[in-house]
Amino acid sequence: MNAPRSSLFRFASPQVFYPLAGKLIPWFAVAAAALAAWGVYLGFFVAPTDATQGDSYRIIYIHVASAWMSMFLYVIMAFWAAIGIAFNTRLSSMMASAIAPTGALMTFIALWTGAFWGRPTWGAYWVWDARLTSELILLFLYLGFIALQAAIDDARRADRAGAIIAIVGVINVPIIYFSVKWWNTLHQGASVSLTKAPTMATTMLTGMLVMALAFWMYSIAASLARVRSIILEREKRTDWVRELSDKGAL
Amino acid sequence: MSGLVGNVVRRDLLLAMRQKSDVLNTLFFFVVVVTLVPLGVGPEPNLLRAIAPGVVWVAALLAAMLSLPRLFANDYADGTLEQMLLSAEPLPLIVLGKAVAHWLVTGLPLTVVSLVFGVMFNLGTELTLVMAASLLVGTPVLSLIGAVGAALTLGVRGGGVLTSLLVLPLYIPVLIFGAGAVEASAASIDSTAYFLIVGAIFLFSAALTPWAVAAALRVAAE
Repeated sequence: MNAPRSSLFRFASPQVFYPLAGKLIPWFAVAAAALAAWGVYLGFFVAPTDATQGDSYRIIYIHVASAWMSMFLYVIMAFWAAIGIAFNTRLSSMMASAIAPTGALMTFIALWTGAFWGRPTWGAYWVWDARLTSELILLFLYLGFIALQAAIDDARRADRAGAIIAIVGVINVPIIYFSVKWWNTLHQGASVSLTKAPTMATTMLTGMLVMALAFWMYSIAASLARVRSIILEREKRTDWVRELSDKGAL
Repeated sequence: MSGLVGNVVRRDLLLAMRQKSDVLNTLFFFVVVVTLVPLGVGPEPNLLRAIAPGVVWVAALLAAMLSLPRLFANDYADGTLEQMLLSAEPLPLIVLGKAVAHWLVTGLPLTVVSLVFGVMFNLGTELTLVMAASLLVGTPVLSLIGAVGAALTLGVRGGGVLTSLLVLPLYIPVLIFGAGAVEASAASIDSTAYFLIVGAIFLFSAALTPWAVAAALRVAAE
């Protein structure tokens, strides 16, 4: 019988994934820093002043990126949680738990920067329109996920319970996304679409996309770093963790 | 199959009748919360008429949330829940039966009492009926979605508050459209769309939440 070829599924083991994550983090972190630097340069020095909003529109470079990430990360988190509960793989659930705080942070940044943008343009820090309210609900969903997992002592039960709430909450993401189309809201509609030409200046668009990519790289780096901590916590009784800890190579 | 749901409903109603305090406490909480609002914001009739639908809906939400633990906690404590998990009957149907019984002892009384609040807040006949109708369609959703939260936090530390944190974000769409139906009627706009959406949310949750609750119960009971 031939020796089995190693497959990519070996990375489903926390022991194998841990060093891989460790090697990947610096790449994503550097990419995030570089893209952010370029994006900020584009956003603040290259992109022109907006005709209607003046210079206050420039918060778009953070607001849109964080809002996109908040929705995207929730879907990713729900995906990994679903994989974890369906295939009973602990690393998938650990990944979902690792993504949650970053997702919550992105949602908070989106809401906060949105408020700063709303004040000069709409005259109000907050309005109770569909998009803002559903984004606020998204923040509560993230916090609920984190709170539920924190309240349950048994790690595997926490994984599965969190997975259920994450999956139930994923219905909110399409609602946020389509809210500007379905309701008369104060929030701007979509200027960027996969099927039509963008309705904003090219330099603005480039800056926005670069920042979005920077936030994406950051989210990956942060989640990988967090999942490494979670792996160590959950697997602390295993030999490989003990060896690493003895060698001081954690 | 309807025999199963009917039996579960009958059993839960019987248990609720034996422990009437559970049921009446929820109702009294609803009444007290709604009564507190005019005492806090002042008795000016036009203001009260404007905020009444929202206040009644929020109080209904809170009362529904407070009553959630009794959905599964008693059965979990005496071992009946394990028997339900082990039974040959489909667990989602059993869950549906429990949610129906929960609504019959919490949501339905709330809806009836809201008619009285329509009078106390000077809403007028039409708006009172719209409010009661919106509650009639919306409160079953509260029981169904609340069952998800109750099942997830079975036997967990800090259960009550945690259930609220999980369940309230999911309640918000029902609140918006349920109270919105009454606001729309008050503004002489046709409220059919709101009722259709609340009805859609009800059908959606009736079809899908029993599965989520069943999964959560299996997780909770290991």
